[in-house]
Amino acid sequence: MTAVRRLSQLDALEAEGVHIIREVAGEFERPVLLFSGGKDSVVMLHLAAKAFAPAAIPFPVLHVDTGHNFPEVIAHRDRAVQEYGVRLLVASVQELIDSGRLRERPDGTRNPLQTVPLLEAIDGYRFDSVFGGGRRDEEKARAKERVFSLRDEFGQWDPRRQRPELWDLYNGRHRAGEHVRVFPLSNWTEVDIWEYVAREGIALPEIYYAHERDVFLRDSMWLTAGEWGGPKQHETVERRTVRYRTVGDMSCTGAVDSTATTVADVIAEVAISTITERGATRADDRLTEAAMEDRKREGYF
Amino acid sequence: MTAIHEATADPLLALQGSGPHELLRFATAGSVDDGKSTLVGRLLHDTKSVLADTLAAVERASLARGHDGADLALLTDGLRAEREQGITIDVAYRYFSTPTRSYVLADTPGHVEYTRNMVTGASTAELALVLVDARHGVVEQTRRHAAAAALLGVRHLALAVNKMDLVGFDQQVFTAIRVDFDSVARLLGVDDVVALPLSALRGDNVVDRSEHTPWYDGPTLLEHLEAVPVGEDPALEPFRFPVQYVIRPQTDEHHDHRGYAGRVAHGVVRVGDPVVVLPSGRSTVVAAIDGLDGPLDEAFAPQSVSIRLRDDVDVSRGDLLAAAEEAATPSPDLVGDVCVVSDRLLAAGDRVLVRHGTRTVRAKVVAVTSRLDLVSLESSAYSDALVVNDIGRLTLRLAEPLAVDAYSLLRRTGAFLLVDEQDGSTLAAGMAVVTRCSED
Repeated sequence: MTAVRRLSQLDALEAEGVHIIREVAGEFERPVLLFSGGKDSVVMLHLAAKAFAPAAIPFPVLHVDTGHNFPEVIAHRDRAVQEYGVRLLVASVQELIDSGRLRERPDGTRNPLQTVPLLEAIDGYRFDSVFGGGRRDEEKARAKERVFSLRDEFGQWDPRRQRPELWDLYNGRHRAGEHVRVFPLSNWTEVDIWEYVAREGIALPEIYYAHERDVFLRDSMWLTAGEWGGPKQHETVERRTVRYRTVGDMSCTGAVDSTATTVADVIAEVAISTITERGATRADDRLTEAAMEDRKREGYF
Repeated sequence: MTAIHEATADPLLALQGSGPHELLRFATAGSVDDGKSTLVGRLLHDTKSVLADTLAAVERASLARGHDGADLALLTDGLRAEREQGITIDVAYRYFSTPTRSYVLADTPGHVEYTRNMVTGASTAELALVLVDARHGVVEQTRRHAAAAALLGVRHLALAVNKMDLVGFDQQVFTAIRVDFDSVARLLGVDDVVALPLSALRGDNVVDRSEHTPWYDGPTLLEHLEAVPVGEDPALEPFRFPVQYVIRPQTDEHHDHRGYAGRVAHGVVRVGDPVVVLPSGRSTVVAAIDGLDGPLDEAFAPQSVSIRLRDDVDVSRGDLLAAAEEAATPSPDLVGDVCVVSDRLLAAGDRVLVRHGTRTVRAKVVAVTSRLDLVSLESSAYSDALVVNDIGRLTLRLAEPLAVDAYSLLRRTGAFLLVDEQDGSTLAAGMAVVTRCSED
């Protein structure tokens, strides 16, 4: 047995994530974990399972469903929910559109529309704390996000009103109607996520690995053809070997050319990538220089 | 040249390294115009942590503002108001890694009124990087930042003497500043101080060694970050464990299971160790330790584990398990240095909440006894209110006793927050100064 008592960076991040998740379970009445089936939310669910073992995870998961889903991701979502034994709630963009409470955007992109069903679900279920898989390395507005992020009764984020976060003393006190978004993966990077997936043997949707797909090029991203706006007349569909670095609304999540079929391949690819994860694959972040900041202010993840 | 370039060439080496890949958290601070954003941008850029699309966006934005080339400072200005006003409002966290270490950098803005940001950044940092402009040397802000870092218990101070290019890389200028800063650090009681001659704008001695400082044989900034010791040795500290949550599966398989989940704040605990439950003072013995991957013989800071106890004692969230021989004595009085982080002022008679570990208790401010002048580094007797960014000493009377350690000895169980009872906002960061040893 070794006398050196030090944690590797992955062990340190895991211990921190579990600590954050347990704080929420201890401090709040009605937590919920946002679960899309994407890699960050799968890692978050895995941490939650470890945090409370051998007991069950003491809160449900919520999928904000844009209706533009990759079938592989929905299948994985359902498998994971079964495997980890959690209750799945779904807040549907499509239902709100059908009932006339939400209008389709001209560009067909539904990621920004998720804010409405998310806030309705938080209100309806009276959730007081919402786990999100956001990481500070993703985007510059996220770099200033707290681990415990206070939202007002309209779900809005005001960067000037955030509480200083000292030591690991997370302050979750809030007034009635307010809620707190909690980001246990704040200090993880994309490579950390993948190394952890490899180490823990965590299953992810197949589309994270290289596969053949019919895609067309738009804004230098490979998008999957579908009824939500593609391809247009001048865009041609071709069959390519691609994988996804993020999964979101199908209409605005791009694939990247890749031959990475295993976790090790993906780690090697991510480590030498010259493009950020969101820059490579998210049309919605390219809308303006402050696109993410604006969506966060409105109550987005 | 560096490990960084090899890292990009061989990703697997970058990921696995040779030994354990460690995490170092550090904070940066500097006055306005010391070039801190540029230095952080340079560090990210030269460690190849800035990816092509981000750099392209910075180049576009720089051009739009009429700068020549990429203004690396724009890499770190996150929010719209900051870009518009050319300032940094809030602590931002940055990430980069090398084959040996991953780094979490708390980038704190340097305005006089933002002592609270420095305090926030320093609260989780093991190293503070303080910037000065080589043309101006050690100024009030430098002393303020060094003092805040020292007060927060940051053990490693690094002084970045930036803009050396503007003083012709003059050794005498650098030496004078270093000597000046050494005396500040001595006054603050910080032992590990390193001064580095840099030009963030040109990249001298940040990642790559400068050709302009042949007289300098110390490390580059990155070399220093790679070498500074990470963490404390848990074996040298007494065991402390704030209970976060009680795990009770209530299934047939585990019907008697009762695990106290938490993160080891300090020290080491082994199965069979006698522990005391605070504040009740009940004694018991550790029966089992469940780690995140199964049973463990021992756990150490900062692991997250779940502890089972031999006796059926009453333990719940807010309690603290401590080594039986070296436990703090619970007391209804608390004396601490606080840094006020909200706009609400703090004065004698105020009712607040005290958050310590996982416990929150009501309290009353009995007295504000002194206020620390961060520039002269002297405390003055004081009985008035403390306002935002003030650091001062308070006496608090607690509604229920807390087992608080001296912050200078045990950072995580010596720290506390003052919280507003009405709106829940964080009022002040507290560091306990008076504590009772178990012998007293």
